[in-house]
Amino acid sequence: MTSNLVKSYFRMDKLPHIWCPGCGHGIVTRAVIKAIDELELDKDKVCIVSGIGCSSRAPGYLDFNTLHTTHGRALAFATGIKHANPDLEVIVITGDGDCSAIGGNHLIHAARRNIGITAVAFNNNIYGMTGGQYSPTTPTGDKGTTAPYGNIDKGFDICKLAQAAGASYTARGTVYHAQLLTRLIKNGILNKGFSIIDAVSVCPTYYGRKNKKGDAVKMMEWLKDHAVNVAAAAKLPEEKLAGKFLIGELYHNPQPEYTEEYKKITESLRRG
Amino acid sequence: MAVKLKGPVIKEEWCKGCGICAAFCPKNVLKMEGNKVKAVDRDACNNCGLCELRCPDYAIYLEEGEKDDK
Repeated sequence: MTSNLVKSYFRMDKLPHIWCPGCGHGIVTRAVIKAIDELELDKDKVCIVSGIGCSSRAPGYLDFNTLHTTHGRALAFATGIKHANPDLEVIVITGDGDCSAIGGNHLIHAARRNIGITAVAFNNNIYGMTGGQYSPTTPTGDKGTTAPYGNIDKGFDICKLAQAAGASYTARGTVYHAQLLTRLIKNGILNKGFSIIDAVSVCPTYYGRKNKKGDAVKMMEWLKDHAVNVAAAAKLPEEKLAGKFLIGELYHNPQPEYTEEYKKITESLRRG
Repeated sequence: MAVKLKGPVIKEEWCKGCGICAAFCPKNVLKMEGNKVKAVDRDACNNCGLCELRCPDYAIYLEEGEKDDK
């Protein structure tokens, strides 16, 4: 009694997963495998790498070549994998804390190199696994266990950060807009260089409860009401976009891919 | 040859009762009963598949029926 999609790509003996009721991470994980399925990628030619955090549990459930690495270092390990096996489709599953706090340095350098990795950031605005500490994407004023009176930091926009660092594809989807999310991940995989998809997830257990955002359904409704597609946003006056956030393909500018450039230089030296 | 879809199949053991599928079902096919989802109006289902897309626990999917030769 499970869909063929789940049966084909999950390690069935590891299901059901242990994410909390209403956690959006299951939806994002499904979007990732749906994208892989639609692209008809060979399972043995896909490597899924994660760091540490709620998001990073995902590869443990998935039946591909998978690697669960140290906190923040998924992109560093993935860089090594892509370098050694340029033919592999390397997909990194990371979280907001994992990729933009402890792994921030790896994120900007993976983007700067434009290495052929697709990173999907499961962004739930909080450190869920360790009990609800605020993360670099917790909105200003929102609470976490380490910000009981409200967070005074400004949040990172993961897509802008990656774009400024040199990523050739950035996009944002949400767990409410699951079909769009699948499409964005697909296009991210198809882009040859470094792609990042900011997948806005929901954490009803910590972020939701701490900030009185209601249950999973209320949090999904919030996403529905506050996300504006980038194409629609271009036609809207600025005041209508106040308090909203953009979804869709935010940036796509194909650039030379790192392992291809590396191969070119090694081949030219061999010839010389 | 189109694949006929025959409405939602629920794997109750995996349902964690978040209620997302029922809240966003456009035809009100699904309802939460005792922290589990139930298909209360199966005939109304238009096989849109939103429940399957948004179930975080893979506890619901659309059943494929016999292939239609017509």
